[in-house]
Parts: sequence; C-alpha cells; structure tokens
Amino acid sequence: MKQIGKKTGTLIITLLFISFASFFAFQVIPGDPALSVLGMDATEQQVAVFRKEMGLDKPLLVRYGNWVWNFAQGDFGRSYHYRTPVSGLLGDKLPVTLTLTLISFSFVLLISIPFGILMAKFAESRLGKAANVVNQVLMSVPSFFLGVLLVLVFGLLLKWFTPGKYISYTESITGFLLYLIAPAAAIAIPKSAMVIKFLRSSVLEQRKHNYVRTAYSKGSPENRVLFIHILKNASIPVITILGMMIADIMAGSIVVEQVFNIPGVGRLLVSSIGYRDYPVVQAIIVYIASTVVIVNFIVDMVYRLVDPRIREA
Amino acid sequence: MGKYKKHTAFIIGLAISLVLLGVMLIGIFYTPYEPNKMNGSEKFMAPGIRHFMGTDNFGRDIFSRVLEGLKTTFLVAVSVTVIGSFFGMLLGAITGYFGGLLDEVLMRVNDALAAFPSILLALVFISILESGTYNIILALGIIFIPSFARIVRGEFIGQKELDYVKSARLMGASHFRIMFVHILPNILPALCSAITVGFNNAVLAEAGMSYLGIGVQPPDASLGRMLSEAQGYLFSAPWYALCPGVIIILLILGFSLINEGMGEQHA
Repeated sequence: MKQIGKKTGTLIITLLFISFASFFAFQVIPGDPALSVLGMDATEQQVAVFRKEMGLDKPLLVRYGNWVWNFAQGDFGRSYHYRTPVSGLLGDKLPVTLTLTLISFSFVLLISIPFGILMAKFAESRLGKAANVVNQVLMSVPSFFLGVLLVLVFGLLLKWFTPGKYISYTESITGFLLYLIAPAAAIAIPKSAMVIKFLRSSVLEQRKHNYVRTAYSKGSPENRVLFIHILKNASIPVITILGMMIADIMAGSIVVEQVFNIPGVGRLLVSSIGYRDYPVVQAIIVYIASTVVIVNFIVDMVYRLVDPRIREA
Repeated sequence: MGKYKKHTAFIIGLAISLVLLGVMLIGIFYTPYEPNKMNGSEKFMAPGIRHFMGTDNFGRDIFSRVLEGLKTTFLVAVSVTVIGSFFGMLLGAITGYFGGLLDEVLMRVNDALAAFPSILLALVFISILESGTYNIILALGIIFIPSFARIVRGEFIGQKELDYVKSARLMGASHFRIMFVHILPNILPALCSAITVGFNNAVLAEAGMSYLGIGVQPPDASLGRMLSEAQGYLFSAPWYALCPGVIIILLILGFSLINEGMGEQHA
C-alpha cells in the first residue's frame, strides 16, 4: 500500500514536470506569436487585441498556472491558426488515434504472445531458427515503410481496401475499423517482432531454472510446464517491454497516420507544427506524454498483481 | 552451436553495414548521374541496365538519389550517436559514480523525458528551431543523451564497488582517472551495444521525420523524403518507394545483427 502511494506521488510529479516542460519549451521561442500569426504588417492595436484574446498579456507564471488549471478542466486554449478552442480540434481526432493505438496494441499482444511461445518451444528446430531470422528482419522494418508496402500489396494489387479513402467513424463504425486494420498492422508488426524476441529469450532463460527440471521430473507434460510454470515467470520482463511499447506505438501512429491519410492526432500535430500553432502542439504533446506515463503506471500496478515478489520490494 | 550462430549474426551484420558504408563513401565522390538532374524523356523507367534502381517522376536516377540520401542518413545518424553517446557517457559516469542529489534529480528528469516518444520530442524541437539537417542532428542528439546516460550510469553503479576500483582509489588515483581510465574500458561492451541501438533509432527517427516533411529539407536528399514522394506513384512505379525503403531496412538490420552478435558474446 505504501509503495502504491509512493508510485502515485511519482506519477503526479512526473505529470507536473511534463506540463511544466511542455509549457516553457514554447515560451523560449524567439519571436512574438502575435506577429507570426497576424503578419509583420499588423497594427499595434491588432497585436494588443490578439494578445489579450490569447491571454498573452499576463505574467509567465500566471499564464502557466492558468494553463494547467484550464487544462485539468479540459480547456486546452485556443488555436492560433484556426482561432477555435483546441479541445474542439482535438475532440474528433482523439477517438481516431486512440482506436488506432488500441487496435495496434491488441495486434501486438495477439501476434507476439503465441509466436513468442511457439518460437521458444521450437527454438532448436530448423523452422524455429528460420522464424528467428525472419523476426530479426521484421524488427528492422520502419512502420511507415511497412505501411507503404501494405498499401501497395493489399490496397493497390489485391484491392482489399482503397488507399487514402478513410472512412470516418461517424459514417460507418465497421468501415472505420476495417480501414484501421492495415495501419494498425503496419505499427504492430515491427513492435511484435521486438516483443517476440524478448518473450522467446525470456522463456529460453527460464527453461534453465531448477523449478522447470523439478516440474518435468514429477511428470508434468511439456505443455503444462511451458504454459503454467515457465510462462508465468517469463512474462514479467515482457510486461515491462509492453508498457514501454505504448510510447512507441503512439509515436508510430504519428507517422503511420500520414501514410494512410488518417485524420488523427498525428496529422494534426504535423500540420500544427507547420503553422506554428503552438497551443495545439502543446496540447497534443501533453496528451501523448500523459497517456504514456499513466499507462506505465497501470502496467506497474499489473506487475504487482502478477508477481507478489515485487509487492514486497 | 549457439556461439557459432551468434558469430554468423555478427559477421552478416558487419558485412551489410560495411557494404552500405562503402557504397555511401563511393557516393560522396561519384554518382552515376547527377542526383537532382531531371530528364523528361526518362520518367518512371523501371530498374534496368541504364538505371540500376530506375528513375522517378522527374526522370531522376533513383540510385544516385539513394546514394545522396544514404549520405545524409549516415551524417545524421553518426552525428546524433556521437553527441548522444559522448554527453550521455559523461553524464552517466558522473551521476553513477558520485550519486547523491544531482543523481536523484537527473534521474527524475530522465524518467519524465522517457515518457515522450523520441520522435515527438524531436518534432517539438524542430517546431521551435525550424527544420534542416543540422537542427535535426542537434535535436536528436540532445534527445538521445538520457538513454545513453541511463545505461552508463547503471554500469558505473555496478562497477564502482568492485575491488579493482577500490584498489585504484587506495593507490591514490584521481576520480577522473578512475572513471575514465579504469571503469570506462570495462563498460565498453554495454556502451557499444547502446551505440548500435542508438544508431538505429537515429536512422529511424530521421527517416520518419523526413517522411513527414519535417526533417531534412530539399535540396538535401533523404531516404525518408524519397519514400513520401514515391507514395503518390506507388502503383505506376513501385521501385521508387521500394529502393529507399529496402536501403533503410538493410541499414537498420546490419546494426541490429552486430548488436545481436556482440550481446551474446559478452553475455
């Protein structure tokens, strides 16, 4: 219990640090956002109105305080470029990216756990070795290039989906989900290869332990030893990797959204960087980093459930 | 048997990396065609004898452009790895060796930074600094410092209580000497492995950012940028996208095989 309290404390400090860093990173930028939005010819009065409208006339710390306070209440400020609330801009993009992330993550689980176990089980066979080589190559494929390949093979040659013809979830939920399969696969396959590698070596490592020999010698069949005894121990380092993977998957979605023309948070981020629309960039950064931290916190808790030894430490 | 296989991984990885390095070095002095020279009569030529990797929508020779891009990618990845590993090594050595408050603070900051995917941090830097090859190097270099620092710090903590460090201290060696003459050579395997991983992450980050159009800017060629330009012609000229993509894969594969081989030798 004490541990959980300490962890929660660290979580809050980390979140504060993230907000602090994201806020101040955009304060050191040379140049006045008012001028960069309104143009160099803006009159002094226009600049004053813009600064007041965006709250830029208050002292730095007051602005930070207001920003955090508003952020906590779901008000992410106003976009310089679109002149609308950022929350509105993010509102219809978030579900898209979140769904993409979730599907990708489920793909990682669905692919890596069975394959990791199988490849550990058949590690010595010729097929297992060949699979390991393939896995090593898949690990080296950047997700956006894999996306391009999937577009080429499944979109253009096999015509399973129309590349670039994104279907919004407001139009058709099934169409939306089906369209996300290819991008999710593009994100998930290289990441799965990485998890497979970890799971495989973790299982192989555990196989050397005495408890495995004991289990065999009391007559447990191979699959029982593998699934009941080994897997439980082997999964612990893999859970850490899976937690860290969330950050990678979200980063992957920033790029892969571009490949498949998906109007998600990633595309908004890229276009906002182009427009120097800092409130939007800030909000997205805080959103992604907080998600990563919170998910890792949850992973940490799951960890404690799986392995009582960590609870003690 | 296992050892033999690991050696093979190392050798294949080294071979791939050396071939690419050699091709890149040749590309600095000689490209079959002018990389940016357009030729209206040779648009979208499939790979063949005249154009080893075919031509693009402007009739430019893709192989020559890949050589250019490879040069940029190497420049970015090597510089980023050098910046990240050098400062990361210093920071990790100091925090790991001395410990204390500085260590505590730096590690907290480090943990928080780890929450940002590196490409995201790089995008933030670029939105502040403007894009361009040197800003990418600066941004990624800084971003890569914490991961190196963390690894080196862990190694230093493990080493600093060992007997050889204690004897060196008794002999009156200075902290500086103990850190960089005694301990550093002992953590080289871990550092080398971190360097290969860092190199690959740098290649991936540069390619990803250039693909998004936020990385290396024209007229500098970049593999990631070629890939995004090629996407519009995927059906009519698939080789345009495949060639730079395969080169990126080989580059990453080479280094990860080297890492794989090294890791097992020291395990």
